[in-house]
Amino acid sequence: MENQIIAAVLVSIVAFFTVFTITPFLIKFLEKRNLVVKDYNRKGGAMVARPGGIFIIIGVIISELVLYAFFPSIHILAIVITSSLAFCVGIVDDRRVMGGWFKPVALAFCAIPILLFGAYDPGLVFPIFGSVNIPVLYIGLVIFMIPITGNTINSIDVLNGVASGFTSIASFALSAALFVMQNYEIAIASLALSFVALAFYKYHKFPSRIFPGDSGVLVFGATYGAIAIVGHVEVIAAVALLPAIMNSFLFLSSMKKIVEHRQIKNPTFLSDDYKLGATHDKDAPITIVRLIVAGKPMTEKEIGFVIFKLAAFSGILAVITAFLMGVRI
Amino acid sequence: MMPGPVYVFVFAMWLLILLGGALIVTVLGPFSFGGFVGLDPMLNSGIKVAIALTLVSVWILILSAIKNWMFKKQIKS
Repeated sequence: MENQIIAAVLVSIVAFFTVFTITPFLIKFLEKRNLVVKDYNRKGGAMVARPGGIFIIIGVIISELVLYAFFPSIHILAIVITSSLAFCVGIVDDRRVMGGWFKPVALAFCAIPILLFGAYDPGLVFPIFGSVNIPVLYIGLVIFMIPITGNTINSIDVLNGVASGFTSIASFALSAALFVMQNYEIAIASLALSFVALAFYKYHKFPSRIFPGDSGVLVFGATYGAIAIVGHVEVIAAVALLPAIMNSFLFLSSMKKIVEHRQIKNPTFLSDDYKLGATHDKDAPITIVRLIVAGKPMTEKEIGFVIFKLAAFSGILAVITAFLMGVRI
Repeated sequence: MMPGPVYVFVFAMWLLILLGGALIVTVLGPFSFGGFVGLDPMLNSGIKVAIALTLVSVWILILSAIKNWMFKKQIKS
């Protein structure tokens, strides 16, 4: 137990300070090379550095390798390789505008290391009622899981700080759930993701100095999905992600198809006092942000705070689900 | 809008996950079609997968109904 506490503390410190200390250098590097995009919701339309994915993946790799030094497990290697492949997919999407099909298909291939290493348990565990063994079907689930978590986190990357803040809260809840279930190694792996996202949030929060880009958010999503599979907590991971899943569900049920985010109409409008309000355009998708601002326009910071409170709520539900895993009727 | 309905919607999604898990583990998992007509185990599993996918579709329809009922005013705005 002492070893696990030392590993948890060390991995958290490494994860946080790796991203926290080197991201300012990346911001300067990107700004110098004019790798910036306009933040349309900001007064004056400030130019913001993008993408920040490179240091998110460096933070994930270094912290997970520190964990590997404590607990040499194939599960941790599977997380690192899956995350690295997702970063490659994201950086391609950052550099070139790819079709709506590209990310789901490419992310499906990122799940292959998990299958090759056999870093999964082919059963689905549900709270209270037990588990079902689905050896063949589970392979399909692994392949679908990474694109789903990757694109789900990507879909909430709409406002300053939301993707990183949300990932930090959801992975912290997943970590707490894994501790409850006494799966300590993967709990620490999830804690690393939480601290990487938290350190990045420091620069991503409103007003953003850097955007994660597809390379950053896909690393967040794919790492989260890989932890859910190797930690055998797929259902709990889905519960912690419910606000983002809700956002994807609302979007898909209103659009009726998968489209690249650059092709969709904006579900919100910017008022003269720089508050976001719900659009009246019937062709625009319904999203969680559109619902939040439907009553009255809000600032970007206020909307982010509402989403974080929702993330905390679903995080609590995830931990309750973890406790229910131990209950059998 | 007050964020209350969004919390209710998230909570409803959570309850549907628990209910779906209960149905799969207690009803669909242990059930065997082979007992009635001597089906091949692969076909038996295939039928279960088809039923599970149908359940997913039903769940999506239920969520859509909840969404339309809960956010009717917001969606029209």
